[in-house]
Amino acid sequence: MLDDFMVRALLAGLGVVLAAAPLGCFVVWRRMAFFGAATAHAAVLGVALAIALSISVFAGVLVISLLMAVLVTLLTGRGYAMDTLLGVMAHAALAFGLVAVSFLSDVRIDLMAYLFGDILAVGQADLAVIWGGSLLVIGLVIFRWQALLTATVSDDLAYAEGYHPRREELILTISLAIVVAVAIKVVGVLLIAALLIIPAATARPFSSTPERMAIGAAGVGVASVAGGLWGSWNLDTPTGPTIVCIAALLFAGLNILARLIPRARSSG
Amino acid sequence: MSRNAETLIRADGVSVRLGGNAVLEGVDLAIRPGEIVTVVGPNGSGKSTLLRVLIGAVFPTHGSVERGGGLRIGYVPQKLHIDPTLPLTVRRFLNLPRRHRADEIRDSLERAGLQAYADASMSDLSGGQFQRALMARALIDKPNLLMLDEASQGLDQTGTADFYRQVEEIRDTLGCAVLMVSHDLHVVMRAADRVICLNHSICCQGHPEAVTAAPEYRALFGTDADEALALFRHDPHKHPHEHPDGNECHAQGHEKKSADA
Repeated sequence: MLDDFMVRALLAGLGVVLAAAPLGCFVVWRRMAFFGAATAHAAVLGVALAIALSISVFAGVLVISLLMAVLVTLLTGRGYAMDTLLGVMAHAALAFGLVAVSFLSDVRIDLMAYLFGDILAVGQADLAVIWGGSLLVIGLVIFRWQALLTATVSDDLAYAEGYHPRREELILTISLAIVVAVAIKVVGVLLIAALLIIPAATARPFSSTPERMAIGAAGVGVASVAGGLWGSWNLDTPTGPTIVCIAALLFAGLNILARLIPRARSSG
Repeated sequence: MSRNAETLIRADGVSVRLGGNAVLEGVDLAIRPGEIVTVVGPNGSGKSTLLRVLIGAVFPTHGSVERGGGLRIGYVPQKLHIDPTLPLTVRRFLNLPRRHRADEIRDSLERAGLQAYADASMSDLSGGQFQRALMARALIDKPNLLMLDEASQGLDQTGTADFYRQVEEIRDTLGCAVLMVSHDLHVVMRAADRVICLNHSICCQGHPEAVTAAPEYRALFGTDADEALALFRHDPHKHPHEHPDGNECHAQGHEKKSADA
């Protein structure tokens, strides 16, 4: 029997994974996995700032993630490779965030809740923020789908069609920041990247087109959230990590299955 | 095939510097509807950069690119790496970035000789099939300017000859202009209405026969040029097209050359 907070947890989880699924596909296709993880780590600084300034954690995280993502996008190619810049900025932001949190001595902050999420504590207002952000990201990705896909296949093809690949990249970057901000309550900054990458990677062997992969990733995400909630309820384990564990088990299981049934694989 | 004075795309004094190196210097180029223009030049002479400036992927350091109204570019890149994590069938590839009716896709695949491969993954195609898929995608929106970057790369001699015959056919059926880039002198010469010899700046241009005889061209390509010229002169299918500015190397080219050398 699901209590009210379990229903809210389920809805929160679904909101995050449904936005993370198509976005995660682009993260995988464009090899931005580290970008996603780094943006999420920087979010700790956002948490600290939000608490210091008494603004909503969602807003603080969104601003820092956006700032981080846009800065990295702008600075890439000017002397340093993207992964180097990400390594510097993400960990600097994480470290400054942790130090900043230590100054907030008068406020008791459960840092664990932000590092690993606290999906069972999701309230009505959180749900509204999560689904608002999630629907915005889903809308953006669907609206720009063909352009994003063309730019992912080749920047030059996109230019020749009159698109601006840098602008499409910025749309992905902004979407990523939004997903990080809404997911922080659900799985926390350390595990957000997992919800982007694992469902997409799990769906890959069973997909022949980008659309099928995005839908498959959404399916894997939904199964992970449902399975993770059920598992954590029955085994009394932390919910966010349990969701990621289920996703990882699905990845391993389905990939082995794909290798046993060669016809199900669309390509090597 | 229309051949009016209107230009599809025009580059005015385009210079590009990448990392302190002058890749292009003062390139003027105008493509008119229906003409086949070939850019030849040694490796690293800025040919691909010139195409990328024209599609808007590289911003010129100096000069400008002007696109005519209604310009539709079909671009075939030199190489295309599709990440193995991205599932993409040939059919889906042809639907990028615009979706097409099933019968349009079928016709397009048939013309490319890929009718059996609609649901094959792009990564499972052979080099030649992949090239044909790229071409089919570039043509499906009926462009009025087809741009080919070293498109015959990796094809054998017969394949290359077929390829250029195909380019002429495309021009004749679609009426589109073709701008292609190649370092392969031998076959390029047969299909072109106009040849532009590029080595960072335009060193000479004109009708293929005139260009192959030009000293600037011969200085760039040496004995290869002699062979290409011989091939050209024995070609029974010479081009009947008119060339208002074709039969001489531009004076501008002669001046630039000395600065370049």
